[in-house]
Amino acid sequence: MTYLILIFFLLLLMLAAAVYSIVQKDLLYAVIATGVISLVLTVLFYLLQAPDVALTEAAIGVALTTIIFIITIRNTVRHEDDYNKKDDLKSAIE
Amino acid sequence: MKKFIVILMLAALGFYLGQTFYELGFGNARFEHGVKDSYLEKTVSDLHVANTVTSIVVNFRGFDTLGEVTVLFLAVTALGGILYKKRHQTGARSVLFSSSSIVRSGSKLLFPAIILLGVYVFVHGHLSPGGGFQGGTIVATGFLLMLLAYKDFSVSHNVLSFVESFAGIFFVLFGLAGFIGGGTFLENFMPVGTMNDLFSGGIIPIVYILVGFKVAAELTGLIYTVLHEKD
Repeated sequence: MTYLILIFFLLLLMLAAAVYSIVQKDLLYAVIATGVISLVLTVLFYLLQAPDVALTEAAIGVALTTIIFIITIRNTVRHEDDYNKKDDLKSAIE
Repeated sequence: MKKFIVILMLAALGFYLGQTFYELGFGNARFEHGVKDSYLEKTVSDLHVANTVTSIVVNFRGFDTLGEVTVLFLAVTALGGILYKKRHQTGARSVLFSSSSIVRSGSKLLFPAIILLGVYVFVHGHLSPGGGFQGGTIVATGFLLMLLAYKDFSVSHNVLSFVESFAGIFFVLFGLAGFIGGGTFLENFMPVGTMNDLFSGGIIPIVYILVGFKVAAELTGLIYTVLHEKD
């Protein structure tokens, strides 16, 4: 029973982090929230007795993906609304 | 009229797809007596490997692993191809993170430990959870930490491409050597040894060490390329 409650709580946490990352306008916070999703998913995989997948998720989902997104934010804009204001970014994409 | 025909064709396609999947029979009956019993049995009796996941990924489904490595290689190559023209001629860093002395000292302290953990994970792939992909990614994370903390830390692209192609070529060569010993691609042709020893499991540890080097080189190159992209 406690196992089920724990898994339910972790799933709820993942859902909350996912909703937060969509709603949030500050892209850095959104990226950190997606990292939290991966972190909780790692714990879930471990609880479901899949340590191999948990290791992969920890290394790729938590560390590498988050850092690559942060580097991208560093190179472009941090806030979602700034996107339309920055003309040179638009011309760079085109 | 056109829409009606489209809907009719879609309905027919959906019906036949549904029928096919229904006849395949996903469900309990499939799980009770399936290929998994043979895998579980052969992993212990034939290969003397403790980690069943590893034996399936490298030995029974080794060709899939080669495909995964190829997909990763193509993705990194495509990224490098897109960003290559925009790179600085001098090779200067375009993305800089300001790091305090605590971060710099801490990453210098942690770097060898992270590399050691990554190497441990892919060398012990056949004994404990983990393997080439996981270990290689952990090694790449260590290089990422150093690249973020130090402005003048750099990795040689020539060394990375040499390690990557060396590991890839030897993976395929070991697969082809299976034709001589056993008869199929990536068939085990080396002595399996005793279970739970470091030198056991035939070609599994060798293939996983090669995969680990390949993945580590690819991901380090990816991070290096992204960090040197000119905006």
